[in-house]
Order: sequence, then C-alpha cells, then structure tokens
Amino acid sequence: MEENKVLETGSEPVLDIENLVIHFELEDETVYAVNGVDMKLGKGKILGLVGETGAGKTTTALSALRLVPDPPGVIKSGKIMVAGHDMMKLTPAELQKVRGKEVSMIFQDPMTSLNPVYTVGQQIAESIYLHEENMTSKEAYKRAEEMLELVGIPAYRAGDYPHQFSGGMKQRVVIAIALACNPKLLFADEPTTALDVTIQAQVLDLMKDLIKKQGTSVVMITHDLGIVAETCDDVAVMYAGRIVEEGSLEAVFNQTMHPYTEGLFNSLPNINEDMEELKPIPGLMPDPTNLPKGCAFAPRCPYATERCSEKVPELKKVGEHHRVACSAYEDPSFHIARRSK
Amino acid sequence: MYRYVIKRLLMLIPVVIGVSFLVFMVINLAPGDIISQIAPEDATVEELAELRAEYGFDKPTIVRYFNYMKGMLRGDLGTSYITGEPVFESYMRRLPNTLALALASIFVSVVISIPLGIISAVKQGTWKDNVTMVVALLGLSMPNFWLGLLLIILFALNWGLLPSYGYGTFKHLILPAITVGTGLTAMLTRTTRSSMLDVVRQDYLRTARAKGVSERDVIYKHALKNALIPIITVVGTQLASCLGGALITETVFAWPGVGRLILDSVNSRDIPMVTGCIILKTITISIILLIVDLLYAVVDPRIKAQYAGRRKKSNG
Amino acid sequence: MADKNVSVAAKYKKRSQAGEIWHRMRKNKGAMLGLVIVALLVFVALFADVFLDYETDVIGQNIAQRLQHPSAQHIMGTDDVGRDVFARLLYGARFSLAVGVAAVAFALVVGVLFGSVAGFFGGRIEEVIMRISDMLAAVPSILMAIAIVSAIGQSTLNLMIAVGVTSVPQFIRITRAAVMTVRNQEYIEAAQSIGLSKFEIIWSHVLPNCLSPIIVQTTLRVASAIISASSLSFLGLGVPSPDPEWGSMLSTGRKFIRGYSYLTVFPGLAIMITVLALNLLGDGLRDAMDPKLKR
Repeated sequence: MEENKVLETGSEPVLDIENLVIHFELEDETVYAVNGVDMKLGKGKILGLVGETGAGKTTTALSALRLVPDPPGVIKSGKIMVAGHDMMKLTPAELQKVRGKEVSMIFQDPMTSLNPVYTVGQQIAESIYLHEENMTSKEAYKRAEEMLELVGIPAYRAGDYPHQFSGGMKQRVVIAIALACNPKLLFADEPTTALDVTIQAQVLDLMKDLIKKQGTSVVMITHDLGIVAETCDDVAVMYAGRIVEEGSLEAVFNQTMHPYTEGLFNSLPNINEDMEELKPIPGLMPDPTNLPKGCAFAPRCPYATERCSEKVPELKKVGEHHRVACSAYEDPSFHIARRSK
Repeated sequence: MYRYVIKRLLMLIPVVIGVSFLVFMVINLAPGDIISQIAPEDATVEELAELRAEYGFDKPTIVRYFNYMKGMLRGDLGTSYITGEPVFESYMRRLPNTLALALASIFVSVVISIPLGIISAVKQGTWKDNVTMVVALLGLSMPNFWLGLLLIILFALNWGLLPSYGYGTFKHLILPAITVGTGLTAMLTRTTRSSMLDVVRQDYLRTARAKGVSERDVIYKHALKNALIPIITVVGTQLASCLGGALITETVFAWPGVGRLILDSVNSRDIPMVTGCIILKTITISIILLIVDLLYAVVDPRIKAQYAGRRKKSNG
Repeated sequence: MADKNVSVAAKYKKRSQAGEIWHRMRKNKGAMLGLVIVALLVFVALFADVFLDYETDVIGQNIAQRLQHPSAQHIMGTDDVGRDVFARLLYGARFSLAVGVAAVAFALVVGVLFGSVAGFFGGRIEEVIMRISDMLAAVPSILMAIAIVSAIGQSTLNLMIAVGVTSVPQFIRITRAAVMTVRNQEYIEAAQSIGLSKFEIIWSHVLPNCLSPIIVQTTLRVASAIISASSLSFLGLGVPSPDPEWGSMLSTGRKFIRGYSYLTVFPGLAIMITVLALNLLGDGLRDAMDPKLKR
C-alpha cells in the first residue's frame, strides 16, 4: 500500500540502483561481475547501457528483476528500487507481482526465449492473466491477440507455436510478452543482436514506437553505438562491472571523456571522418575472477600512468549531465586525443 | 497422422516375421524334442516315428516354420504340444496377472520418481539431490531376484506380514510390485532428473520468471512439459517390457504371468507356445511403443508437425 | 607427411584430454569409490587362487560343517554341503567378472563393427543392420539368453555368448548414433580429401571421436551383463555347479531361505556391490567426459 503511494507522487525515479555488487561464487573461483554500480532512470527515459560482452550489463539488468541465477550469483550489496519497490526486500510472492507488471525484460536470443511447447498466444496471455485482476483466461487470450496485432503479427497466428515463426517474428512475440502489462520499466538486452540486419531496424522501430506510446522507461543494453545514438536519451558505459562514464547522449557522444569510451568510438567506422583505418582497443577485458587493483581499464589504456593502477577511480561530475571515472582528470590539463580535434 | 499410424503398423509385419523366425530357429537348435516328453514310456520305435510325423518333426525346420507361418496368416498361433490348448488362449489367460503386476509397479514408480527427479534436478548438488541419487543408484544396482528374496525374508518369513508367493489377493501383489517397481523407480528418477537438468537452464524459463510466473509453475508448467519426452519414453519402454512378463520376479514369487508361461515353455521345448507367446509379446511391445511415439506429438508440437509431414514456417 | 602431423597432433590432444577427464573424475567421490571397489574386485578375481585352493576351499565338500551360521570361523557361514560361503564369494568374483567382461567385450567388438558401418555408410547397409538389430532387441534379453543357453547347452562359455549377444543391439545403436554425429564433421571431409580409405577413416578418425559414449556404455553394460548372467544362473541356466558363481550360489541359497537366509543375503550383496561400483564408475566417467551434461 505504502509503496503505491510513493509511486503516485511520481517524484521517485523508475529505476534507482545504488552501489550494486554481484559476485558469482563458483567452486574454485569467484567472478566479480558487478562491482559497485549506480544507476538512476526517470519516467519515460531511455538509457543506453553500453559495453563489451562480459562487462556485467546483463547481470545488472537481471538483478533489477532479482533473476540473477542463485547459486552461483550472489548480490553482495546494493539497493535496487524499481518503480518504488525495494526489490531486495520483497518476498518471492511480491517479486512475482512486480515482475512482468512493473518491470519486464526482453532477452537477447528470441530463438531460445520462447517455450517451444506452448502457443505464442498462451505465452502472452499468461503474463496478462497473472497480473490483471478479475480477468478470465479467455479475456486474457483476447488481449494477447490484440498484443500480437500491436507488434505486427496477425491475431489468427496466436494459436501457432514458436517453431512456426521466424527469428524476427519471435522477437516481436517476446516484445509483446514484455509489454503486455504496460510495465513502467523495461530492460531490453541486445534485443536485435540475434536478428538479421534487415529485420533489426524493423524491430527497433517497433520497440521505439511502443515505448513512446506507453511511456515506458527503458534500459537498452547494447554494444551497438548506432542504436544508442538513434534511440537513447542517456548513456552509461560499463567496463569490468563498473560504470566508467555516464551522461546525456549529447554529453557522452560529443564531449567524450573516458579513454574507454573513446576506444569504443575509434573502433567504429565513421563515414563523416576520413579515417585511414579503424583503431580497435588493444588487449582484452581483464579476467573477471582476477581484476586489477586499480582502474580495470588501465592495462589497455593509452593514457595510463602509475596512479591508475593504485586505486579505483570514482565517478566524478564533469558537467551538468555528465560523470566520468578516470584518475587522469585529476590533472586539469588532461584531455583525450578525440577532444583535441 | 493416420497415415503415420498405419505406416507404423505395417512395419510390424517384417518385425513379426523376423522375430518369429529367430525364435523358431533358436529353439529348434536345442537338443531333444517334445516327442520324448509326450510319448508313452513303452513306445516302440515305430510309434515314436509315427508321433514325430504327426507333429511334423520328420520335416526340416524351415518347412515347419513355413507351415507355422501359414497358420499364423489365418490368425492361428498354434496349439501347445503339452496341454493341447491354443496358444492365444493360454496367453490371454495369463495376461491379466502380468497386467496387474505391470500397472501396479509402474503406477508406484511414476508417483514416486517424477517428483523426486524434479526435486533432485532443481536442487542439484544439495544433500537432497545427493541422497536421492545414491538411493536411485542402489535401486538400479540391485538384482531384482535378490531384492525379491530379501523382501520375502523380511516381510514373509521374519515378520509374517505378507504372503511369500502365490496370487489372488491384493496382499499377494505387494511384494512382487515392489520388486519390479524398485528398478523402475530408480531408472525413472534418474531419467527425470537428467531430463529436467537439460531444461532448467533454458532461456525460456527465464522469460517465464521475468513474466512473474511463480517458481512452482515455472518448474511444473514450463519446465516439466519440455522434459516429458525422455520420461514418457522410459515409462513406455518399462510398460512394454513389464507386459512381456517380469520373468524373474514371476519366478521368485510363483506369479502365474506371461513370463512364467514363456519360461516353462522354453524348458519343455513347447515350440508353438514359445513362438506364439513371443510374437504376441512383440506385437504388444510394438503397439505400446507406437502409443509412446504418438504421445510425443501430444507433448511437443514440433514432433506433431513432423508426423503430419508438413513444414509450416512463415517468414517475416 | 601430413598424415603424420595429424596423428601426432591427435595423440597430443588425446593425452591432455585424458588428463582433463582424470582431473574431473578425481573430484567425484562416488566415481572414485566405484573405481576403488572395481580395482579391489579385479585384484581378488586375479589372485583368488593365491589365497584359496580351489579344490579344497571352494568346491571341497565337508558335510560335517554344513549349514553353519556366520561365525568367527566362517564369517559368512557355510552352505548345504559345508563349503565356506566367504571363500566361494571371493572366488566367485572371478566367474562373475569374467562373464560380465567377456560378454561385453564380445558385444563391444560386434556392436562397434556393425554400428560404425551402419552409421558411416548409411543407405541400404544401415537399413539391414538396424532392422536385424531391432529384431534382436525386440526379443527380451533374458529370453534370448535362455533360448541360446538351452539351444547350445549350459556352460560358462555359452553363458558369456548368450549375455554377449543380447548386449549387441545396444552397442550398435550407441555407436551408430555417435558415428552419425561425427560423420558430417569437416575433419572427415578433410581425411577423405587426402585420399584415406573408408576403413582407415572409420578406424583412425571416426571411432576415436566416438569413444566417450562407447566407453561409458561399456562400463554400464558390464554391470548389467553381470546382473543378466547371475539371473540366468539363478534360473539354473548359467554357470553349472559346483563353480561358485554368485547367481547360482543365490539359487542354491534360495532352497534354504527358511532358517538360513544368510545363504541368500551374501551372494546378492556381492552382486549388488559389484554392480553398484561399476555404475558409480560409469556415471562418473560420463560426467567427466561430458561436463556439459552435468551442469
């Protein structure tokens, strides 16, 4: 009851994560997946969460639904508020009411995220039936058919099974499931990565359209900076379980501060600038079971100095909507190569 | 779908021919024949030869096989050399006993092992899982004639709770059913567990959880249905093999089922009885396996599409 | 030249693979227990005649000592003609293991041969092999064994053959399935392109890559072969007396089940422990060879 009141005031952000730490405790080693992430998201905003595979993006998203597989995943510390619900304190039954209703998630691979033995209509209707009170299963099914139409699939196909759909259509079904109950917050985990390039744009447009209509806040997990530029209001760049740079789209893209973000941009082809060749970031992400003591990016960073490997830099405010975690800026004259142009 | 069923039933014909040929030949390899057993003790050489001719033993085995198969085409499985009773009738008279034993054991096994297997898979690596797996392996490693004898020693001889052999009442059924059921339960628990383990890490369960489905429904509704096919297979094969007669258990408990009938007939070289029973058995087994395959289609829409022989897939 | 390089590379890879499997096996307590018991049983079977004199200790009758309950002198008692049950059980390991191993070795050779031919060549050959195998499998294995033993006579060798024949279809199926998954791999194409004959390819490229399911199946099959063999002996169709096979000891014990239940309990226990150890080992091997299956 109280939680609902907080919601109605609308003053709280839809997503508020503070100091999130998640470890995967395996038999003979511990994977340090997420190491102190803060994240805030206002109503109707779209945040792009960017980083390489293994940076902890998906784990962060799963933790917001309390779906990190346990064991081996353990949320060591952190506050996770979703639409006013303290996700760390809810009972399993309460969590079930929040999942799908207040927050939902679209997964990366549509080929495996639908249950092969139920029709797509049943799978969409299940979500609706679970969360809408006073609704018969028949009504829920009717709503599911409407959802299908909404994502561009004719309603008569509700009785078909996932194996009868192509990858792009499956992902539309997954989107229909995620948005069926009008959630306040949506995590989209690389929703187009597994799709053909030609289908990607269609699916992305569909998502943008629905999100705008429903006023959903979205965390868009991707490693595709093009998608971020196209869809997001804010950007957070993640590296080895930490956010290294965050801010408005404009700030992060045009006033890039962190050497890692710069590296991401440099490894992209750019038609506007006449670059001789792409400059991939040298080296690999550090082993998440054995992170370096200081800045995790230091071993690959062209600007790294000794102090970088001494302590982990904190996120510091560098502009009105811009924060960066890099020790180099302790020297006021420091700037990255990209900014010198 | 119907075409599939008919195709499968037609495939039974070569199997029956092959199996009957195999059995007929193997049994005829055995030294000694029925004549020496049914002839009167003071029979003369001529009388013996006459008897041989009467039963067709003067002809080569292959000719006798063809004669037997000719009879089978008319639906005649032959008559017992020993009792003179038609094979089909003898078989059918024993079948209810075998059926009772089979159904009782399988019922108990399904009721116990599926929940155990699920818990074991969901709680993989915990003490519950470990204990279940050790007990299941013990059950699997126990020769069932020994288990039967142990049960007799404990329940019949030491405690006098249950009869040690015979049939007729529910009490008679308990020990044989436990004997047959133990192996089945062990096997099915392991199958359920490994099948569930394949499923519990599938992405679609995460999707279901993200929808807000309760953990119970995630397991029993979303996961179990996907894990059913190996489980159905094992239950089906077990049912099939039990219906063929739990030979050892029937021997231990003097249970008058099909298995005993076949064993006795092998021992007395009652060729038509053995061949006929095994043919009936093969047909029973094949039909059950066919039902199992049809059940696959009920559980998994992808298999259903295969049976129907159409591939519907739209693009978009 | 190229071929040599391939085989050197393959050998190197196999060694490290075996090391990896052993490393995983060692962590599995059940599998190690199984391995220890199996090793112990093999030891007892091999050296039984060092401790025991067959004529006097194992089959020598001593009516004065008949049907003695377990005591310090005879820790598992004596049977109906006064033989020490424990001595007979120790010696019986030789019979039970020999029958199990020989039967499975037979089935392994025949099954892998036909299974790999079926899986590799496909087409009509496969069709014929598989139908015959299906027919063999359609006759319940115990019955098949009974029929074979009653046809060719009762002896230890014939028992091995009977149990072996009934295990053949399993090996055909497993091998065929494994070969079929390997058959279409690119390295087979590569082997063909350098002009190896079909049998060379099967022997040196296909089978080595199908080993793990076959090894696992072999271990588990020895366990079930021991059960089948002792079942047949129990029905009076196996190892003829007075040889101390566990199944036939049980069969004798059954006659004295009233009052002398130890005669039934101990031989069965021996069978169970052996089978359990082999199953533990087989399960452990499977988990170690295919860690995907476990997690």
